[in-house]
Amino acid sequence: MNQINNEKPAAFCRLTREAVNSSSLIGVFVAALKREWQLQVRRKGDLINPLVFFALVVVLFPLGVSPTAEILAPVAPGVLWVAALLAVLMSLDALFRPDLQDGSLEQLLVCGYSVAPLSLAKVLVHWLLSCVPLVLLAPLLGIMLYLPWQAQGVLMLSLLLGSLALSLVGAIGAALTTGLGKSGVLMTLLVLPFYMPVLIFGTGAMQAAINGHTALAHLALLAALALVALALSPWAIAAALRIAVSGE
Amino acid sequence: MWNWLKTLYHRLGSPKWFYQITGKWLPWFAMSSLLLLGLGLVLGLAYAPMDYQQGNSFRIMYIHVPAAFLAQSVYMMMAAAGVVLLVWKMKMADVVAQALAPIGAIMTFISLVTGAIWGMPTWGTWWMWDARLTSMLILFFLYLGVMALREALSPQEVAAKACALLAIVGVINIPIIKYSVDWWYTLHQPASIKLTEKPAMPASMYLPLLFMVLGFYALLGWSVLLRARAEVLRREAKSGWVRELLKDK
Amino acid sequence: MYFNSLSDFINMGGHGLYVWSSYALTLVLLLSSVLLPWLNLKRTRKQLSRQLAREAARTK
Repeated sequence: MNQINNEKPAAFCRLTREAVNSSSLIGVFVAALKREWQLQVRRKGDLINPLVFFALVVVLFPLGVSPTAEILAPVAPGVLWVAALLAVLMSLDALFRPDLQDGSLEQLLVCGYSVAPLSLAKVLVHWLLSCVPLVLLAPLLGIMLYLPWQAQGVLMLSLLLGSLALSLVGAIGAALTTGLGKSGVLMTLLVLPFYMPVLIFGTGAMQAAINGHTALAHLALLAALALVALALSPWAIAAALRIAVSGE
Repeated sequence: MWNWLKTLYHRLGSPKWFYQITGKWLPWFAMSSLLLLGLGLVLGLAYAPMDYQQGNSFRIMYIHVPAAFLAQSVYMMMAAAGVVLLVWKMKMADVVAQALAPIGAIMTFISLVTGAIWGMPTWGTWWMWDARLTSMLILFFLYLGVMALREALSPQEVAAKACALLAIVGVINIPIIKYSVDWWYTLHQPASIKLTEKPAMPASMYLPLLFMVLGFYALLGWSVLLRARAEVLRREAKSGWVRELLKDK
Repeated sequence: MYFNSLSDFINMGGHGLYVWSSYALTLVLLLSSVLLPWLNLKRTRKQLSRQLAREAARTK
């Protein structure tokens, strides 16, 4: 803990120094990526908890519905996607709060660089560290839910694309509620309606694969959603952070 | 005309002027909404001919359609007010946005419940995962989200801006949600009876609907102005003109 | 008038329950969305003027 607190200002100084050297948007972005990576890799609990949550929610279904393959296999795409979606949502809750508490978020906002690339870097690193492991875990849980083999690849691909959109959109909600001490339920209420298109296309892709059709159309739509989120949500996150931190 | 609108806009930015002018507008909104709604009710319930497919249950349309109409347009208005607040920093826009949220939620609720009641004689079930009903339900959650965010955040300026941003993000998302839900619906359900697939309506069926839609809009204005006036007084309680106004009483 | 008698009007060809319940609910909600803000406005006015009177009394 102590080590992190000592390292953080150093990481921040490095960010500003490197950014000044390159003094371009991409330079700021790359420096922010490095900083976020160093910080987020250290928070082991925040990385592992969403995975455990994902697995636990999936385990609830055989216990609650039925352990037989006839009943579990048809609902497997929906169960896996809903569980993954909730896990992504939960993992986002603590995205900005540590930075707000130790004051580095405020510094980032006043340092004069455009906030959008900084927040994009934060979300991308979070996606890489939290959502990609989730994607890797998903096939194992798929086997446990009797998901047909031909759908496993589509499951991973759709989760990979979908979780990027989910992270980017969810980060807006996380940024809006950063100022609150605890925001779990409120953030869920804000963000879940926006998650429904991703859920629809994600499970649609898997249904198509299970039925032996091509899932390309669904995956393309998921990719389109992720790209739109990639283009627009950094600006919304930046605006939300400014509102939450300095009220402007 | 343009200049007149511009002056009106700038004047509406002043709380005092807003309070005074809306006081003059209120009776007009109230009267026109009562008149239009009364007219629409009588015509729609008693004089419009029966629909040959759905029987008399189609009369629910005269409240269901205006409510659904308003549910969507109130969200757009809220987002427009949000843009005005964030771009031009006009504080009165937030007063209006705050007043819009509850009535928008009520309209969404009305359209959901009347849709369910209408579904019973038409589809034989209270709830169907119909594309329209489903996206209306999501819209209802969007309203609840905006209201919950305002409730949770403080101070009020922060809550105002956060709600404005959320409403704008919501408006960008609504077409995506609507499209995806339509798509999901066509994938899962074979075409069923659609409420809108009707032959062209005769005027005796169409006119009551027109009156009801206008009446709902007037009632919206009435309700929003009432809420906004109370909010203006609360926010400006320390200012001179409110003291002056209340001293006269 | 489309209906022949009052009982016809209330019965609505068997759909009376659906039609009347949805109209009743809508009317209640619409009225309350005007009445409650109106009462609230009056209450706010009264509260603020009472507050003002208190302040005036204190400064005297």
